[in-house]
Amino acid sequence: MLAESLVLAGLIFVIGTLGVIVRRNAVIMFLCIELQLNAVNLTFVAFSRYVGIEGQVFVFFVMAVAAAEAAVGLAIIISIFRHYETVNVDSFTRLKW
Amino acid sequence: MRPFGLLLLQAPGLEDSQAAWEPVLPGLIILLPLLGFAINGALALAAARKSADAVRAGREFDFFGNGRAVTHTLPTWVGPGVLLLAFLLTVVNFVGMLGAELHEPVIRSYWSWITTGDLNIAAAIQLDQLSMVMMMIITGVGFLIHVFSVGYMQNDPGYPRYFAYLNLFIFFMLVLVMGASYPIMFIGWEGVGLCSYLLIGFWFSDEEKASAGKKAFIVNRIGDLGFLLAIFLLYLVFQRVDYAGIFGDAESVFVYGGPVITTVTLFFLLAAVGKSAQIPLHIWLPDAMAGPTPVSALIHAATMVTAGVYLVVRSSVLFALAPLSSAVVAGIGVLTALFAATVALRQQDIKKVLAYSTVSQLGFMFLGVGVGAYTAGIFHLMTHAFFKALLFLGAGAVIHSIQHALHHSNKDWDAQDMRNMGGLRAYMPITWIAMWLATLAIAGIWPFAGFFSKDEIIWMTGAMAGAENAPYAGLYTVYWVLALATAMLTAFYMTRLMVMTFHGRNRTGATGAEHLHEAPKTMWIPLAILATLSVFGGWINVTTDLRESVLGGFGALPMGEWLHHWLEPVTEAAHRVQEAHLGELAHAAPLGGGEVAWGLISTVAALAVVLVTARLLGRKEVPVAVEDAEPTGLSRILFNKWYVDEFYHRWVVDPVLTTSRVLWRIVDTRIIDGAVNLVGNAARAIGWLGSLLQTGQVNTYAFFFTLGVLVILAMIGF
Repeated sequence: MLAESLVLAGLIFVIGTLGVIVRRNAVIMFLCIELQLNAVNLTFVAFSRYVGIEGQVFVFFVMAVAAAEAAVGLAIIISIFRHYETVNVDSFTRLKW
Repeated sequence: MRPFGLLLLQAPGLEDSQAAWEPVLPGLIILLPLLGFAINGALALAAARKSADAVRAGREFDFFGNGRAVTHTLPTWVGPGVLLLAFLLTVVNFVGMLGAELHEPVIRSYWSWITTGDLNIAAAIQLDQLSMVMMMIITGVGFLIHVFSVGYMQNDPGYPRYFAYLNLFIFFMLVLVMGASYPIMFIGWEGVGLCSYLLIGFWFSDEEKASAGKKAFIVNRIGDLGFLLAIFLLYLVFQRVDYAGIFGDAESVFVYGGPVITTVTLFFLLAAVGKSAQIPLHIWLPDAMAGPTPVSALIHAATMVTAGVYLVVRSSVLFALAPLSSAVVAGIGVLTALFAATVALRQQDIKKVLAYSTVSQLGFMFLGVGVGAYTAGIFHLMTHAFFKALLFLGAGAVIHSIQHALHHSNKDWDAQDMRNMGGLRAYMPITWIAMWLATLAIAGIWPFAGFFSKDEIIWMTGAMAGAENAPYAGLYTVYWVLALATAMLTAFYMTRLMVMTFHGRNRTGATGAEHLHEAPKTMWIPLAILATLSVFGGWINVTTDLRESVLGGFGALPMGEWLHHWLEPVTEAAHRVQEAHLGELAHAAPLGGGEVAWGLISTVAALAVVLVTARLLGRKEVPVAVEDAEPTGLSRILFNKWYVDEFYHRWVVDPVLTTSRVLWRIVDTRIIDGAVNLVGNAARAIGWLGSLLQTGQVNTYAFFFTLGVLVILAMIGF
């Protein structure tokens, strides 16, 4: 079971990573970050079966932080959208050299 | 130090059982001129500020108006005043030292100046017979020249600045002769060079005078290099640089005539040659005449230029251990004496004649110390200080008067050109008499001061040539002949100067002549004192042979070999070395004949030269400078000083300038600046390349971030 779980988690993480790299839509990138986090969560859970309960405890922490992060991140995206009327990250170049 | 109230003579050895004699406030002798410098310097700055304010307000500073108390009266009292006090203090110490049987120098340490590693140099002064003689000359002649300056410079706007520089000079000169180690002497050595520069360029708004100052300074630098190298070498050998330590061990440390001692002394010689204007570094001294005439008298005749002689005598034991260096010293001396005397034959500027005469007499002193006659060198230094200071001050009085006359007859002639003078005897009798006395002294005519000192040098050269183990006997014989010939030239050019200046017809014109005048009291009183010294000053060191002959009035002359005995503690080590290695000196000149015979011959010959020259030149009608023809033939070469300056310009100055220009245009602007700019531009290019990585796109950053994590994982994991 462990091997299958880890392969699945790895696949989800790579999908998330590629999504962050290739997509330009801020909301999609945000979702991809969530994918990466949840891939890690899956790994924690899979290992906890063999190592101990601590892995599942960590998952709760990660979910709590992810929720807070989602709230802040979405708020930023919304305020940027109000300003630029787009969520395409290519447009956000004001701080570039 | 004793309290100030005890400026009285002390019985020697009362308190300190170590020293046989306790000096009275020796540090104050140095500090007084420094105090004078501080006060006069402050006054000079105040005067300069007032003058600048006046100019800014569109007015002209009235030098003779309200500011006179500051710019004139105070410096008049402070400048010569501190010198008088210093002189009196020196006399007190001199008398004290006379009464004490002093064999070791008295050293006073004030504080530790340089302490680093095993080197420890104390700020210490040393009083011994040699420094005492020098101090007497410096403060005594210095005071007289300060007094003369009061009259000579009274109408100069730079009056307080002048006295500030002059006081500072005396301070440094005293440091030079009173220092107890070579580095202390070096401070004085550099300091007097600085003052010389400041005073030569005293009228700095005249560019020619300003560059004469620079020339003196730069030429002296060459010599100073030698001084430093000599100190470094001595430090390497002894691990210390104070006189007491070096001279005490020199005889056991150095091999007679060895390479190290020869190198050290040759470096010292380079320093002495620079400071004392000997060939080949003599070129700065004649140009130094651009300064005020009393400065020429004090710095460029009586004191500073004799520092080289002092250096050799101070290091006499080192020079005695290096026969080659001593022979070089004597050779340079006699060549300089002859060379400068020939140039002086054909100069028309009264100060130029005196300048070359000074170079020539310094050559005699070098000859003296080179043949090991250290006392004779110092003796000639002293008598020369008297008569040359007198000649310069007299020339100053003459120039002062001629300037006045030319000014009133509206002629823009050169006031220093002797062709424009003539017949001043009637107008300036005191100056005339004083300068004749000095002329007879410098020409070496018995019984004036110069006769005894110059005769002793020439005699010692002859005696050296005939010494038992003389290393270069033939060479010394040549020196002896050249020295005799130079003495005759001296008599000629000095008589020529006197005849052209004081005798014959007055050439300033009738309107001008009305305004010719004798110098004021502050100017002629110093002249009279110096004239007295020029007459009698030579009697302090008449050799026994001369004294008992007709030249000494069969023992009637007082004092005998006083200076010789006085300096014995300083020179005895050198004499011991000489005696051990050279054996007994000859008792006859190279051509036979004893001291008395040659003394008679030289004085009669010199007198004949004076009389014949006076008679021949007295008849000749001298044209004024503007109507005179250009000199031709040999006299043209002599007038142009053997073209030495031109030679240096062509072969030293121009190549240096050309090299500098190449270094500037190519090496500096192209290569060095290019390299610096290259580094700067390269940094900027790399920065530009790096900045391309900042795309502003979060995805790119995420990509590189991921890439980085993968690389790190790969490095840790596999």
